[in-house]
Amino acid sequence: MKKIIFTLLLSFFLTSNINASSKEELLLSKNQPSEIKDCFETLNRATFGFNKVLDGLIFKPAARVYKVVPSPVRSGVSNALDNLSNLVTIPNNIIQGDLNKAGKNSGRFIINTTIGILGLVDVAHYVGLPDYEKEDYGQSLATLGVGPGCYLVLPVLGPSTVRDSAALLINIAGGDSWYNVTVKNDTHYFSDFDYHASQVISGIDFRAKNYDSINSLEKNSIDFYASVKSLYLQDRQQKILNTNKIVDTQDNSNWEEIEN
Amino acid sequence: MKIKKTIFIVLVYLISFAHTSYSEEADVFVQSLINRTSKILSDNISKEQKISELEVIAKDVVDIKGISFYTLGSFVKTLDQNQQNEYTRLFEAYFLKSFSSRLADYENPEIIISSKEVVNESYTIVNSLLKGTSNRPEIKIDWRVYTKNPDNPLIRDLIIEGLSLARTQKEEFESVLNSNNGDINALFKILEEYSKN
Repeated sequence: MKKIIFTLLLSFFLTSNINASSKEELLLSKNQPSEIKDCFETLNRATFGFNKVLDGLIFKPAARVYKVVPSPVRSGVSNALDNLSNLVTIPNNIIQGDLNKAGKNSGRFIINTTIGILGLVDVAHYVGLPDYEKEDYGQSLATLGVGPGCYLVLPVLGPSTVRDSAALLINIAGGDSWYNVTVKNDTHYFSDFDYHASQVISGIDFRAKNYDSINSLEKNSIDFYASVKSLYLQDRQQKILNTNKIVDTQDNSNWEEIEN
Repeated sequence: MKIKKTIFIVLVYLISFAHTSYSEEADVFVQSLINRTSKILSDNISKEQKISELEVIAKDVVDIKGISFYTLGSFVKTLDQNQQNEYTRLFEAYFLKSFSSRLADYENPEIIISSKEVVNESYTIVNSLLKGTSNRPEIKIDWRVYTKNPDNPLIRDLIIEGLSLARTQKEEFESVLNSNNGDINALFKILEEYSKN
């Protein structure tokens, strides 16, 4: 009897491993940057050009000024924005079946919002909760098997895919509690301005954190549009797979072709 | 019989000793590269001098030819020998300029090697961390070291926060070729212009 139970358990674990492994492989291949087509390249390049102008006029100068703000203030703002993003991350942890992370992120949100003074201090980090990883509806759709579709550059928001752009609609259709309490419903505590201000500050914070890298990339690229597209799609693939393992996302066969 | 056994053991020992004594561990190799680079970046010399010294290091430790073929992918097979030679020459000039001018903007970066992973006999990934400053967050940098010849390890890729620079370069070149109906001369022209400016 014990032997039968052991065999059943063993086959169950082996099957789940095979399933997990094949699911990861499927996700990897479906979201392979080289497989994602640039169906709207002409339009994308035009939008990219528009975004570059917008960046030069607004985000870059704003980021330059923001970089002068004392580092503890910038860290506080960044922490508060991360804390707000938990409101999208937690439902996505649940959709992706990761209840453990959903629980930890809920704990993080409660601790940081209260003891951490509206998220300005990442107290959760000091009490030993693991590093925070954002999740969004695009990532959830990907884990549910939805392919990325074509590459798409959105005005103001920048690089995306058809799937990830469609997923943004879920946020405004009730999937983002921060949007719900600021824009969608009149709660008397928050206004539309709070939501839009958080989005703009988030953009400036991102630009400031990557100020030198973006400038250097632009200066040293022979096709800046293609470089940004490649980096975005690689980053997306990593986030969907929730992996930091480089060897899993690098195709060794490409290198083997050129063995000296 | 005993003598034969002793000779055999001595031979095995000598062979294995010879192998380990001359080969360089990938993490030691990267650490030495970091030390050399940090010294140049913190030296009180002009930016031009820094760039020139960084170029010497790059020629020494980066597999420029390997990366040049990787970035062109299967397209490289369609080139004749002259075109391949021209491409290799232009790529080297482009790479050295791009590599050194990107690095020269950093002042005394502090990089700490955390671990390494031997992928196979040809590759080892060395994991490191670029310490954050008040202007820049902490950055994870992984070095893809080509170790086929253990006596002469070479860098083939830098993976910054999971994003491969070689792969980005490859996709950038692909895009240039696609926009120019696969005309390699268009890529040559762009590389030449970049290196001259």
